[in-house]
Amino acid sequence: MLRFVVRRLVQVVPTLLILSVLLFAWLRSLPGGPAGALLGDKATPEGIAALNRTLGLDQPIPIQYLRYLGRALSGDFGASLISGDPVLAEIGRALPATIELSVTALLIAVLAGIPLGYLAARYRGRPWDNVTILGTLVGVAVPVFFLGYVLKQIFAVELNLFPPSGRLAVDLDATRVTGFAILDGLLTREFDASADAIAHLVLPAIALATIPLAVIVRITRASVLDVLDSDFVRTANAKGLAPGTVRGRHVLRNALLPVSTTIGLQTGLLLAGAVLTEKVFNWGGLGTLIAEGIERRDYPRLQAIVLLGALIYVIVNLLVDLSYALIDPRVRLR
Amino acid sequence: MSAPTTWARRRRARIDDTAQGRSLGADALRRLRRNPVAITGAVIIAVFVLISVFAPLLAPHGPAEAFPQLLDRLRPGEIPGAQDGFPLGSDQNGRDEFSRMILASRQTLLVGVLATVFGLVFGVLIGVVAGAVGGWADTVLMRVTDVLLSIPSLLLAISVAALAARPSQTTVIIAVALVNVPIFARLLRGSMLAQRESDHVLAATALGVKRPAIVVRHMLPNAIGPVIVQATLTLATAILDAAALSFLGLGDADPARAEWGLMLATAQPYLDVRPALALYPALAIIVVALGFTLFGEALREALDPKGRR
Repeated sequence: MLRFVVRRLVQVVPTLLILSVLLFAWLRSLPGGPAGALLGDKATPEGIAALNRTLGLDQPIPIQYLRYLGRALSGDFGASLISGDPVLAEIGRALPATIELSVTALLIAVLAGIPLGYLAARYRGRPWDNVTILGTLVGVAVPVFFLGYVLKQIFAVELNLFPPSGRLAVDLDATRVTGFAILDGLLTREFDASADAIAHLVLPAIALATIPLAVIVRITRASVLDVLDSDFVRTANAKGLAPGTVRGRHVLRNALLPVSTTIGLQTGLLLAGAVLTEKVFNWGGLGTLIAEGIERRDYPRLQAIVLLGALIYVIVNLLVDLSYALIDPRVRLR
Repeated sequence: MSAPTTWARRRRARIDDTAQGRSLGADALRRLRRNPVAITGAVIIAVFVLISVFAPLLAPHGPAEAFPQLLDRLRPGEIPGAQDGFPLGSDQNGRDEFSRMILASRQTLLVGVLATVFGLVFGVLIGVVAGAVGGWADTVLMRVTDVLLSIPSLLLAISVAALAARPSQTTVIIAVALVNVPIFARLLRGSMLAQRESDHVLAATALGVKRPAIVVRHMLPNAIGPVIVQATLTLATAILDAAALSFLGLGDADPARAEWGLMLATAQPYLDVRPALALYPALAIIVVALGFTLFGEALREALDPKGRR
């Protein structure tokens, strides 16, 4: 088990190295290089040359890369061109907001998706099943940011049930401890702050949850159907086990393996969807950093966030693989 | 439980579904024609393609043409709705929304198809080389593919599109295509590997068929099924990804061109004034994406050998 974890973690290293080379190469292969991209329409050869000198981009590319790598390894990903702050500090400030949003969305998707998918499989071919499937297909076809705006327009603007944007009411003056708004409220006993944070979280989390929800419903349904057809379920039924026991211990447990893989893969989608959702709801997390970074061509920031996104994705999928061993004792991690 | 009826249904299905002597392709086509899901998807796609092909004939006005009678009534907080000659009213710049919606189908189809085709071509090339040659070529190609797959797809598209000096239709197509290259490559490599070990390839090798001929004539046709299904589904995601890039300000910068994703993105500031401007392109995108998804799913089912009886 420990060896498995260590080996997988070691495998992450070349992945991130290759990724950083690709990002670096792509950035440098653009016309005018990063300086050209940065100056955009205002780029003149002199301007580019001057900016290249300030940014150290007049050095040979391998040297530049090694420098970047060396600094990155010691935790220095450069300074954001927008705020001037170290990129890592910016990310650290924004990360709790994104984690709060994505984890809530994932919880919604999992807690609603597995039962919905299971019920669809159980009532296969009936109207309930068809409605569920159609719902998942439409769910995937709706642009996330459009859904966000629709939710916001209906539930925040028209019905005034939830706040339209942000993470906390401005006038609340909540104390910041960990950066996780709900947790901070609990820690400092400012329970109104926690409640407010939850109210802010509802709409963006639902918008972000739709696609993972649709995917989880479909995978659960397919996987439950597969298991229902299997010999051991027929045997369990034949030997007269209570239907509830068969469903819980035999069907669901076996059906959840592919589902957990999917949940791991969804984290990538969540990170990407967060970029769109956060922009709609002015959330102030990683997505906002990215959106801003795009507008202002802040490439040190973008580079660091993409690397970090990949790292998170790889680690979550490692955790998923580890969870196999918990769900299925037949799985031996080597 | 309803065991008897299920059995009866299965038996009946077996009797009139005997696939003896029919190729997988013909069999799949036959099953597609009977599947209402496939028909629905195909009809949506056909209507979409027809509209985009005949768009210049169908649209009464040009995409960039602004009309004085619309501009006159355009003020902050008001965008004129439907009226004589303009069935869907004006857009935020005094242009005919109806014409723009129709003409946009073309650009949307173009972006979706080109992004999918480029992704498919490069993905297939990589997949074939990796799956057929094997060895170090396989290792290197799959290593890079894995790296690309380890980045959340939209994040990858963003980094490709964002770093280009000027966003354009081309950068959108490249970005969306690149996201799909590793997916196609992985998929094809997997099914090529399965083919490599199969008996008919062994037989062809034993008969002295040359390696490239085996790859192209024997392995590829048998391995391409899942890739085609994936390509159909990709047409939907490509359109959605392109819309997302537009929303982030990375879309086509040409204001004269009409494209649904771009129209949806540029309509956001006017949601309070005239939500229909966002609703029309959004519905168009949803319906078209749904069409490709329905057809793709039906195709997956039809090509699945497990479904053959």
